[in-house]
Amino acid sequence: MEKGKGVMGAGRRWAVDFSDNSTAPSSRDIPDPPGFTRASVDQDDSAVSRQKNDAEANWKAQKAWEVAQAPFKNLLMMGFMMWMAGSTVHLFSIGITFSALWQPISALQGVGKVFEPYKDNKVDLLGPKLLFIALNLGGLALGVWKLNTLGLLPTHASDWVSSLSPAQEVEYSGGGIPL
Amino acid sequence: MAIMSFIFVFFFLSSLQPILSLYEDQVGLMDWHQQYIGKVKQAVFHTHKTGRKRVVASTEQNIIATLDLRRGEIFWRHVLGPNDVVDGIDIALGKYVITLSSGGSILRAWNLPDGQMVWESSLHGPKHSKSLLITTNLIIEKDNVLIVFSNGRLNAVSCIDGEVLWKRDFEEESLEVQQVIQPAGSGFIYVVGFAASSQFEMYKINAKNGELLKHESTVFSGRFSGEVSLVSSETVVALDSTGSILLTISFHNGKISSQQTPVSNLLEDSPGLAVIIHSSITGIFAIKTDAATIFIRVIGEGKLEVVEKTNHETVVSDALSISEGQQAFALVQHAGSNIHLTVKPAHNWDSNLLKERIKMDQQRGFVHKVFINNYIRTDRSHGFRALIVMEDHSLLLLQQGAIVWSREDGLASIIDVTTSELPVEKAGVSVAKVELNLFEWLKGHVLKLKGTLMLATPEDIAAIQYMRLKSSEKSKMTRDHNGFRKLLIALTRAGKLFALHTGDGRIVWSNLLQSLHKSESCRQPIGLNLYQWQVPHHHALDENPSVLVVGRCGPSSDALGVLSLVDSYTGKEFSSLCLVHSVAQVIPLPYTDSTEQRLHLLIDADKHAHLYPKTPEAIDIFQSEFSNVYWYSVDDDNGIIKGYALKTKCSGIVADEFCFDSRELWSIVLPSESEKIITTATRKLNEAVHTQAKLIADQEVMYKYISSNLLFVATVAPKASGEIGSVTPEESWLVVYLIDTVTGRVLHRMTHHGSQGPVQAVLSENWVVYHYFNLRAHRYEMSVIEIYDQSRADNKDVWKLVVGNHNLTSPVSSYSRAEVITKSQSYFFTHSLKAIAVTLTVKGITSKQLLIGTIGDQVLALDKRFLDPRRSVNPTQAEREEGIIPLTDSLPIIPQSYITHSLRVEGLQSIITVAAKLESTTLVFAHGLDLFFTHYAPSRTYDSLTEDFSYALLLITIVALVAAIFVTWILSQRKELQDRWR
Repeated sequence: MEKGKGVMGAGRRWAVDFSDNSTAPSSRDIPDPPGFTRASVDQDDSAVSRQKNDAEANWKAQKAWEVAQAPFKNLLMMGFMMWMAGSTVHLFSIGITFSALWQPISALQGVGKVFEPYKDNKVDLLGPKLLFIALNLGGLALGVWKLNTLGLLPTHASDWVSSLSPAQEVEYSGGGIPL
Repeated sequence: MAIMSFIFVFFFLSSLQPILSLYEDQVGLMDWHQQYIGKVKQAVFHTHKTGRKRVVASTEQNIIATLDLRRGEIFWRHVLGPNDVVDGIDIALGKYVITLSSGGSILRAWNLPDGQMVWESSLHGPKHSKSLLITTNLIIEKDNVLIVFSNGRLNAVSCIDGEVLWKRDFEEESLEVQQVIQPAGSGFIYVVGFAASSQFEMYKINAKNGELLKHESTVFSGRFSGEVSLVSSETVVALDSTGSILLTISFHNGKISSQQTPVSNLLEDSPGLAVIIHSSITGIFAIKTDAATIFIRVIGEGKLEVVEKTNHETVVSDALSISEGQQAFALVQHAGSNIHLTVKPAHNWDSNLLKERIKMDQQRGFVHKVFINNYIRTDRSHGFRALIVMEDHSLLLLQQGAIVWSREDGLASIIDVTTSELPVEKAGVSVAKVELNLFEWLKGHVLKLKGTLMLATPEDIAAIQYMRLKSSEKSKMTRDHNGFRKLLIALTRAGKLFALHTGDGRIVWSNLLQSLHKSESCRQPIGLNLYQWQVPHHHALDENPSVLVVGRCGPSSDALGVLSLVDSYTGKEFSSLCLVHSVAQVIPLPYTDSTEQRLHLLIDADKHAHLYPKTPEAIDIFQSEFSNVYWYSVDDDNGIIKGYALKTKCSGIVADEFCFDSRELWSIVLPSESEKIITTATRKLNEAVHTQAKLIADQEVMYKYISSNLLFVATVAPKASGEIGSVTPEESWLVVYLIDTVTGRVLHRMTHHGSQGPVQAVLSENWVVYHYFNLRAHRYEMSVIEIYDQSRADNKDVWKLVVGNHNLTSPVSSYSRAEVITKSQSYFFTHSLKAIAVTLTVKGITSKQLLIGTIGDQVLALDKRFLDPRRSVNPTQAEREEGIIPLTDSLPIIPQSYITHSLRVEGLQSIITVAAKLESTTLVFAHGLDLFFTHYAPSRTYDSLTEDFSYALLLITIVALVAAIFVTWILSQRKELQDRWR
């Protein structure tokens, strides 16, 4: 992988191409062995293949729904963890809350990637995607709610006045017991 | 889960009481302590025996101390109480220091080497009188005897155990005993005095048993006044009440004979009123007139002869017998910047045993007292050393024409303290003479590193400790980044101004103020207070900061005032003013002019306000704020508090545009039969408050009532204003008030029944803490009152707050009558207090701690959270989280939180807190007889690395890590290459 990059850099002088060129007919110098027909690999029985494709599409759709529902289990799990963590601010509850916030966010970022394997022009991925997003948003809401119960969201008046400097006074008075 | 919650609770509990103590090796890093004894009243030398030579001194601050004669260090020191005035000291038997104190009623003997008390006896008598202490060589039944005359009774006391061997009363109502004489080698005592001011009385008493041997008296036509001077064991000299006739009275063999000599016979010019100077030189006495000091010799039968007339300030010592029958005495005279010390034999005025000229610092003023002592030189001649007490209360030892040591004992009586910044470090201006070079810096860090890695030998550890203590960083003469280095400017009772460096406590400059010096126009000047006059920090940085010294000519309140402006960097008095009005109050205003001079309002006894500085610019600034300036006065004798506003210009004869009349606005008259004002407290002018909101449990907000015009007043029942225990709980009460000084509105009033003063109080932010005695519980108590502004509490709309649509920060007027609520709570406290202060930080973010000057002369830090009126016995979980400590009936005293650690600040008077630039740190200066200074971080130094942080270790760690990264990278490259070739 990347390790080879240093060697195969811009300054290479020669190279040996070990790649299999057998499928590229233009570079085929050697004739095929007798009895070997390349066409049998390239061409397929159309009926069988359609059947196969349908089954695969079904399977993909099913899988996509499964994947879309996966965050629900996560949600339940998270809820349980949050209940365990309690409502005081300490390392455990902070960790749980932040993972509860981070998981949906990272999942939402990678929506495309999650459904990549099931991409097919015959499969409608919009439904599973929407469910997936909705469940993750639910998870996010749960995290935000937890954050609020921990008192980490500025939703109270106290959060906005805590560093309010004292009001200036109009009058000034001095004095005391005579020296 | 259980373990986790346990750990959590454990951490929570351990965070409740932060231990702010020091490690042993941190002592002296940031703190310094100086010991003083005060102005010496009497000194006795102890140089006869081999061993350490010392001098025993008693002072006006009621201290008995022995000092090392070589260096002036204190061997031991005892501070007697404020009522235990020392009347006389002496050394008996060569091993006991005898002190007579408390108006002659307590006689004590202290062991000379270590200062332990050997015995104490109390001497009472029929009436109040002069107290005299005489050591004799008399022996009664193998006991050496001390003769003490006090309270109208003559006592003979054994030196060994303090037992009174015999006593004799002199009960005659009008008899004033002046002298008690025990002629050496004789077995009798003369007691001489005046009866009814015109009769001379002489009693001859048997020294063995106190039997009266003879009583003679003579009546004179005139009246006696003042002291008598003893010129021989059987002759005294007195002055009559007109101060113009000298009486020479001799009572040889019990027969009184006298001679009257008018002073004008001795002196050609009329000298005016004369007084006798106390001295005990055989054959010579001295009188002092307005212009001169005159030495007069007594020749034979009452004949007098003037031997010398000196026009300078002249001081004479007591006689010192240097050999059999020979006496010497010392004279000190001023001549310009020099002083002349002359030692003469008593019998021959014209010869000198010693004549020395010593250069003296002008800032020490005149010599006030001199004590001499002799020693035998190697060539068997007599050498003399003299201990002199100067006008600024400093103490110096002179020997062989030089000052051997000096002590700045004026610092034992500080009146007021303020601080000043040091100069800014500029390029090209070398201020640090002892900058470390790179090699030394490296060496130091290597040593430190060794210490951190526990590789240091004991010598290394000692070197590290020495380096830490003597760090040149802390005693530089420039401003530092953290604001730790400042000048403490102290005004002493002697009228001298000292600037002490906060790094090591050394005196940077001192100035005996000329304006507080006796002069024709100002007879009895006294210093009153210090104020910061000019604190340049923004646009006037090239100006030096200066302080304002306010004084007064005389003790009465209508005496004329004196102002003096002193440069804080150099100590030079650049301006002084003799005012034409008196000074009753000084009010620093919160306005400064373009050169950062603060405007001050001086109120005189006639309630006129005078504005200073007298510049047109100042008057312009003042005119614009004129209607917002108020002042108040607290008349504690009559129990009246009055508030004033300023009217237009003075209606006096002289047109003075800087003078304003006052108009009375309000007054609070406390009923004099039930309340007497004993204490007031206000907020410090320079106190910074970070926020007006206090967050409480469940995200609730309380708004603090923060006003700099808040006055705390404590009153007690007039009967209960005396000592604790002088009244029953039913007759005694303590009433506290919180008053707005602009409108005179009483914000809060509370009565503590059965309580009594003295009250010590401190007001800060929106709370006041005060300390008093509870007669019912027989314990001291501390109470806290917190005051909140309820009218702001309805600012609850988050959206309004988010967009800033609220009036919480708009200027407020005291006339808007904020609705306030108060919360208060009381706790028992073990100690009685001498002073109380609160920590002060630059922005007011750091939590506060109270600094309590205990009766044991130590400073104790107490977290303000212990004095929180919201404490309850069982705080809820939310309250616990907020940091509320469960309520206990008494405040805890944590031994580690004594910030004076093992030291004592004897005679503690006040604690001064100054904010450093570093938010976490307060500079604390406590003064009394001793001085103590330290840095204190109420919530630890959260904003800086600790002093013992090893930068070298950090650097080395970083270098090592970088090196390790490189090495491993190279190794991994190599390995990969090998893998590839395989």
